[in-house]
Amino acid sequence: MKDIFFKVIGHRLFWPLVMLVVLIAINVINVPGFLSITVNAEGNLFGSLIDILRNGAPTLIIAVGMTLVIATRGIDLSVGSLCAIAGAMACSIILTSPDPNNVGTVAVAVLVALALALVLGLWNGMLVSVLGIQPIIATLILMTAGRGIAMLITEGQILTVQSTPFKFLGSGFIYGVPFATVVAAVVLALVALLTRRTALGMLIESVGINPEASRQAGVRARGLLFLVYGLCALLAAVAGIILTSNQTAADANNTGLFIELDAILAVVLGGTSLNGGRYSLTGTLVGALVIQTLITTVYTVGIPPIATMVFKAAVVVAVTLLQSPTTNAALERWRSRPKPTKTSSRPSEPVVAR
Amino acid sequence: MKKTVGLFAAAALVMALSACSGGATPAASGGAGGAANKPLDKIVVGFAQVGAESGWRTANTKDIQDSFKEAGIQLKFSDAQQKQENQISAIRSYIQQGVDYIAFSPVVQTGWDAVLNEAKAAKIPVILTDRAVDSKDTSLYATFLGSDFVLEGKKAGEWVANEYKSASAPVNIVQLEGTTGSAPAIDRAKGFADAIASNSNLKVVASQTGDFTRAGGKQVMEAFLKSQPKIDLVFAQNDDMGLGAIEAITAAGKVPGKDIKIVTVDAVHDGMQALADGKINFIVECSPLLGKQLIDIVKKLNAGEAVEKRIVTDETTFTQDQAKTALPTRKY
Repeated sequence: MKDIFFKVIGHRLFWPLVMLVVLIAINVINVPGFLSITVNAEGNLFGSLIDILRNGAPTLIIAVGMTLVIATRGIDLSVGSLCAIAGAMACSIILTSPDPNNVGTVAVAVLVALALALVLGLWNGMLVSVLGIQPIIATLILMTAGRGIAMLITEGQILTVQSTPFKFLGSGFIYGVPFATVVAAVVLALVALLTRRTALGMLIESVGINPEASRQAGVRARGLLFLVYGLCALLAAVAGIILTSNQTAADANNTGLFIELDAILAVVLGGTSLNGGRYSLTGTLVGALVIQTLITTVYTVGIPPIATMVFKAAVVVAVTLLQSPTTNAALERWRSRPKPTKTSSRPSEPVVAR
Repeated sequence: MKKTVGLFAAAALVMALSACSGGATPAASGGAGGAANKPLDKIVVGFAQVGAESGWRTANTKDIQDSFKEAGIQLKFSDAQQKQENQISAIRSYIQQGVDYIAFSPVVQTGWDAVLNEAKAAKIPVILTDRAVDSKDTSLYATFLGSDFVLEGKKAGEWVANEYKSASAPVNIVQLEGTTGSAPAIDRAKGFADAIASNSNLKVVASQTGDFTRAGGKQVMEAFLKSQPKIDLVFAQNDDMGLGAIEAITAAGKVPGKDIKIVTVDAVHDGMQALADGKINFIVECSPLLGKQLIDIVKKLNAGEAVEKRIVTDETTFTQDQAKTALPTRKY
């Protein structure tokens, strides 16, 4: 019985899930109707939980791509800038077209934006895999330069678009469910299928755990790196278009600002190590939900804006501390304390990276 | 729009405005330059702009360039791309070229003493536009021309107080603040709070930062709509957050401008459009059109006249009807 208890506590998703439940409980105490989901006049789901799922969608989409990049022992700092570039590209195409409300126009705009992001993602992949630049530096280039590119596209302006099909991407509903949430769910499912139902996920992990050993075993790291950075950039562009559509304007300075940090945080909260290797998409989902619930909690509970950052930091510190191997090792010691005779004979369980 | 003002101002909470608050004392530096009383077409003014970071700033640049062209005064223009070092080197080059006046919108509040002293030594009067510097030595510049954020908040608050002057029940107000710690956010909140303090029915029940962005305003408003049982009015500290709030209110099945009234600051084009459409109820202008007043200052200094140390931009307010009239001829 006790063993099961410790097994549950020791699971890498235990503490993030506890935090999620605690945050939701705090909200319910403050706003009794927090969990209620109603159907509004237009037949769409309406409620705080729906807001969390919708507003958290861009972070989740980026975090999925980031998970794979981090699994290869890399990191992609340029996703925020890619959001801005994709949004700027889509908006400027829609604005220059004669008919912004044409579905075809919007489709072209979105596809061009995605293609541009993919090219930039492959550029990241080339810097990392072919030139061997450290990922944090390689993607820092595009992180800095990317906002400049977005500014060039928007000519320094905030581009406002009045386009019904474009607006649908960020704030629309499909069968009552927010479209952004549907996109995030599809992305998560597709990436999970692609990496877990094939050997791809294992190959990515092997590159992250030991690039040299993987190479000698015949894994082509170069192609895999191109793939993950390209995919990460593509997903960043998807998120960028959702963000831009949600605010009906391309803002080169602010779209996706600091979202790379939220995405990395979501991945880390989900138990994927920044040292690469084993990754968990379910963990990333939980991480992204924790982050968005945290943001919503700040607004709902009415934490003063000045204290917001401290509150967020406290929650993150709490989760990471509880999750850390050191804490688990301490729990382990506590667990074996009542049976001092046995501990001496049993080799201590290795605390592997979690 | 004023976001970058805020971002940079946040770095230096020591308000530069306090240094200029003794606005009544006339500047002694008027006509200090050796170039006094030149014919207008011989005057050269160097202007070091912040950059082109927002629609507001672009309108500001265009207005200044147009005004100088119209007045027939030669303008040397540089864009610092939001970097202080670019701006300092632009000002140095103006000093070397021996322009008659230098005008600039400081990227940040601090670190200007050295270059301003160089200008002073060269007897070139400096005019600050839109943003202040926190130099203790106010003789380093002739005047500061820009908006009074406290006044903007106050105007918004006064409209609210007037709108609900006969209200007997409590009026629940939610506030969407600008970037935490920025000068416009602090000052607009202060002016607004002061103006509604007289009526005890007016209560700010919730206040959160929306970072001066549409997405921020929308997300905060969505949460407010669920956590606050009754909201009568939104005070958004800029148009963008107000526009975000409109979307959140619409999604919640309420009518913005009717079920929940909205008051904002800025009067950029999209905001004015929403005002004319009846989705916003009142906008306090924060005008980027400084060109005409800047020309006046240059002319006065040229004639050897004294100018005030602090000049507030000519700004107005807009109701829905005024917005409909003003919209077709609006420059930004």
